[in-house]
Amino acid sequence: MNKRVVVSILLLLVLSVLLTACGGGGSDVIRIGINAPLTGDNPKVGEGTKYAAEMWLEDINAAGGLDVGGKKYQVELVIEDNEYKAESATKANTKLITQDEVLLIIGPQSSQQAVPAGGVANDNKTPMISPWSTNPNTTKDRPWVFRTPFLDPFQGPVIANFAAEQFGATKAAVLYDVASDYPKGLAEFFKQAWEEKFGEGSVVAFESFTTKDQDFSAQLTKIKESGADFIFTPQYYSEVPLIVQQAHELGWDKPIVGSDSWGSAELVNLCGDDCDGLFFSTHYAAAGATGATKEFIDRYNAKYGYVPDDVGALTWDTLLIAQTAIQNCGKITGDLAVDRECVRDALANIKDFHGITGDMTFTPEGDPIKCAVIVRISDAGEFEFFKQVCP
Amino acid sequence: MTYFLQNVVNALQWGSFYALIALGYSMVYGVLLLFNFAHGDVFMVGSYIGFFVATGLVGLSATGIITLPYWLILVLTILISMILTSFVGMLIERVGYRPLRDAPRASAAITGLMIGIILETLNLIALGAERYKFPELLQSQTYDFMGVSITNKKIMIVFVSLLLMYLLNLFVMKTKWGMAMRAMAYDFAVVPLMGIPLNTIAALTFGLGSALAAAAGILFGTAYPVMDPYMGVTIGWKAFVAAILGGRGSIVGAAVAGFILGFIEIFSASIFPSTYRDLIAYSIILLILVFRPHGLFGQEHTSKLRL
Repeated sequence: MNKRVVVSILLLLVLSVLLTACGGGGSDVIRIGINAPLTGDNPKVGEGTKYAAEMWLEDINAAGGLDVGGKKYQVELVIEDNEYKAESATKANTKLITQDEVLLIIGPQSSQQAVPAGGVANDNKTPMISPWSTNPNTTKDRPWVFRTPFLDPFQGPVIANFAAEQFGATKAAVLYDVASDYPKGLAEFFKQAWEEKFGEGSVVAFESFTTKDQDFSAQLTKIKESGADFIFTPQYYSEVPLIVQQAHELGWDKPIVGSDSWGSAELVNLCGDDCDGLFFSTHYAAAGATGATKEFIDRYNAKYGYVPDDVGALTWDTLLIAQTAIQNCGKITGDLAVDRECVRDALANIKDFHGITGDMTFTPEGDPIKCAVIVRISDAGEFEFFKQVCP
Repeated sequence: MTYFLQNVVNALQWGSFYALIALGYSMVYGVLLLFNFAHGDVFMVGSYIGFFVATGLVGLSATGIITLPYWLILVLTILISMILTSFVGMLIERVGYRPLRDAPRASAAITGLMIGIILETLNLIALGAERYKFPELLQSQTYDFMGVSITNKKIMIVFVSLLLMYLLNLFVMKTKWGMAMRAMAYDFAVVPLMGIPLNTIAALTFGLGSALAAAAGILFGTAYPVMDPYMGVTIGWKAFVAAILGGRGSIVGAAVAGFILGFIEIFSASIFPSTYRDLIAYSIILLILVFRPHGLFGQEHTSKLRL
């Protein structure tokens, strides 16, 4: 056998594998893509997404499929790992849209991935809903992209007002990851809100680091020296314990405040006693929840052995919104372009959706109008409801 | 003044890690003329081994069969993990480098990269992507010296690092094995002809370097207790920079350069806006290398390297 024959046989094999992968999927199946960080820097986020989605699928299967216009459709979830990287998230979206031919995409969770991935979905005219991304750019000028959480420009002033009232603070310090969309965006919105309140220069330290850094001693020493009344750090659960602990070791005894990225079940495990008594703003509080929210929490806890964090709750809401939109569509034609457009229009028209993270109505931009919650980490390490802040 | 002193303390701790890791790069280069790019991941493996040894010892102590005080657990963890990780290092040498000893340099260089990726992925498969918290063996205590905050952890880290560097220097300078390593570093083509076993010395060098990386990994775990499979990548690359800055193959150079790198990074962040930290820090190092292309302690003729 010469080389050319071998190469052509290999090519044929690859092609046939690809074809079989693309085939399948009759018209009675609705495929929903999930773009989540199962590995990488924030695997707990990916896990929460996956678990919530599996619970939702369980409900659909128990009902014998998804009822659209009187016909039952089987639902298939296609879960793609984005490794918590922007490049992988856009790749995953492209694969879901072109190869897996999904009707719509849930995810990516973090703005770092959702902002670039949203572009792919919009260009390919496929509806995408990010359950967790709070950066405005995710949905900006993208009619096909939606989200379920509130936005950073809302969260910035919420935290600024809270810190001013609660601590009587006038001087703020910020420590954030300059290489990541979410912390950088939120840090700037917070700074803007704080300076509107207390004037130019009232953010006395605006310090940054880059993703993967583990030592923050130089930045924290600077912050301590600046005489700030509290630190605002919109970071993720893998960094917050290091920041808080190092701050305490440098003799910092004033408050440290966070944002919704703190709200992971893993935070307290990694942080230990150091995080007790700290505050952050988020989408929902597990401790003291009632009604449908409590039902969801109890079911999740019984199934997976821990209280779901906000990613799980928001993903749950997102899937129900997607379900509502598909059902409001009335029928599935089988022509993907037509169905995708129908789902998009249905999403844009959703009004007063009662979610477990609050009531939502979408703005023309694809963003929900909803309230934020301030959570206090109790001495037992639980996320306690502290107060609600509405727009 | 207190601000300055506080940053000196910060830099001493941060530099210790670079120094300990850089030593591994430098020794391997000195003896075998190759850079083991998997070294940052050996540091990660050492940290995880330390995590399991420490958790095991704490668990054993809790059962009440033998009750160990926490300081003893810490000492035992460091020693046991150093020994176990040195075997990992020797295994890497045996599997990844020995078969390629006569291969082109580039092949040996990418071997390290591949082994690094293999170690990261194996960890990811075995333990999953979730973060582990390094057990708190040393209850953190903060002392205040005229406004400068020093923790018992910082003192312990700097002290143990310096002690290990001193012991390494003693080994290389005063023992027969150390002499064999130095001879090999001088000329690895001729010295084996004199009856010094190249394979044994190569394994020894990898073992020593890995043991130091393990110690660094455990000290790192006490100071920065959130562990993940990629924790060794960035710090490994930066320690590699320290090894080059110190002068390829120079032990003293690697140790000194590690601390210098720590100081440059911390002070760049404390003087300039912290966003520019790495930009400024690594521009300074580039500048140093422009004027001292062989590093601070390196020699002109690369064939005559000294350990």
